[in-house]
Amino acid sequence: MDKLRESALSPSILPLKLENVSFAVNGHTIIDRISFELDAGLRTIIIGPNGAGKSVLMRLCHGLLQPTSGTIRWNVETSLARPRQAMVLQRPVMLRRSALANIEYALALHGIKGAEGRERALEALEMVGLRDLASRPARVMSGGEQQRVALARAWALRPQVLFLDEPTASLDPTASAEVERIVQAIHDAGTKIVMTTHNLGQARRLGDEVLFILGGRLVERASVDRFFKQPATAEAAAFLKGELPWT
Amino acid sequence: MNEISLAFSQAAALIAQFDPTLLEIVLLSLRVSLSAVAIAALIGLPLGAAIAVARFPGRNAIIVILNALMGLPPVVAGLLIYLLLSRAGPLGELGLLFTPTAMIIAQAFLITPIIAALARQAIEDAWLEYRDQLRSLGASTLSAAFTLLWDTRFSLLTAVLAGFGRAAAEVGAVMIVGGNIAGVTRVMTTAIALETSKGDLPLALGLGMILMTLVLTLNAAVYLTKEAAQRRYG
Ligand SMILES: Nc1ncnc2c1ncn2[C@@H]1O[C@H](COP(=O)(O)OP(=O)(O)O)[C@@H](O)[C@H]1O
Ligand SMILES: [Mg+2]
Repeated sequence: MDKLRESALSPSILPLKLENVSFAVNGHTIIDRISFELDAGLRTIIIGPNGAGKSVLMRLCHGLLQPTSGTIRWNVETSLARPRQAMVLQRPVMLRRSALANIEYALALHGIKGAEGRERALEALEMVGLRDLASRPARVMSGGEQQRVALARAWALRPQVLFLDEPTASLDPTASAEVERIVQAIHDAGTKIVMTTHNLGQARRLGDEVLFILGGRLVERASVDRFFKQPATAEAAAFLKGELPWT
Repeated sequence: MNEISLAFSQAAALIAQFDPTLLEIVLLSLRVSLSAVAIAALIGLPLGAAIAVARFPGRNAIIVILNALMGLPPVVAGLLIYLLLSRAGPLGELGLLFTPTAMIIAQAFLITPIIAALARQAIEDAWLEYRDQLRSLGASTLSAAFTLLWDTRFSLLTAVLAGFGRAAAEVGAVMIVGGNIAGVTRVMTTAIALETSKGDLPLALGLGMILMTLVLTLNAAVYLTKEAAQRRYG
């Protein structure tokens, strides 16, 4: 049995629990005592103006940054949780090789190599509608195509949790719609989606619940319906009206 | 005017006839510089990679020194290796002075910093760009290092070719430690210097033409490799 199938059958790495997590650089606090718990199933949207700390928070959750204080715990040991989560960075980095090889590379790191790796990589490219471009060098692809390769690369790993950092930030409407379709498909397949965006329409379309971040603090957590209809805090209301000076 | 055009045609004739003296000098040049570049790459590439990804006290100082050494004058490199290999020097026992081996050592010493500094820059840039992505995909530090080396392979090739170009064109280091002994340590650059001062223009010109061709070809190769890589891999 390969490692990924093993992981699919193994216990859930969720919930993810953050307790009083802070992150500071040179004494400058970027994330300020945030606590929350993320459960399986719901699509969680992290929302907030530019510079609020959304990307940093997500990197902390994914383990790319270590909190200055506080704890971040998965339901299983961190070393076991690591390979069962994936992240699409705000600016995904493509290796200097074909789209297919980029995905095979990620699979190989998870112990899936050879014919099986190739098959699964092709399947992932199929899912994002790029099978025909499998042999194209990833770095010469368009921004939208690279984003889809990044999604395929993450999806090929069959993560239990997928973090997406502004996956449509620099894409045109057509490419954005395609990315949203893929994210929806990954959700439908049972992967927990955690996504940042500052696109309110996208948050509504793709989200079940919202974490509203402002100035490194978690200001409000609510269902999407509730958040957009009746924000509980004045800050969230101001943000929704586009009144926050930093947006 | 007449004299110069005569020298040019004689030089061309030397090349066309594969003149044995000329051939011997060219081959020794290639042997010395290619050996030096092989040694320098073997030391410089891993050194550059290590400095690129490791964080240790004094790292910045080492980078500054390395970059400064890129501009090390060949005569100074030659002088230092001369002191090392001269009869009174620490390695004097080996009797290497005025041999091709001494010239290889001097050129390797001259170009190792060039290869290391260029490799360091390329790998560090890639490391900054790739680090989070590779860690997110689950790469260990070791496999990340190999990925970086592979993904920067064209920049590294460029670094090695730059080192070779510098070695092939320098005269100071090989002159000092080699002594420009005919048939033993005479290479293209030292031969050009000597023959010009003796007034034997055809041989000097012939060697100069070959050296120019070599350097031009090398630079074209570097340029085309980078272009092709950029087009092919982005
Ligand atoms: N590695 C870092 N070092 C210093 N400051 C950082 C670093 N990463 C992010 N920041 C700062 O932290 C704040 C939050 O950044 P980020 O999480 O990227 O915001 P966003 O909500 O737009 O994603 C910004 O002010 C940013 O400049
Ligand atoms: Mg961000």
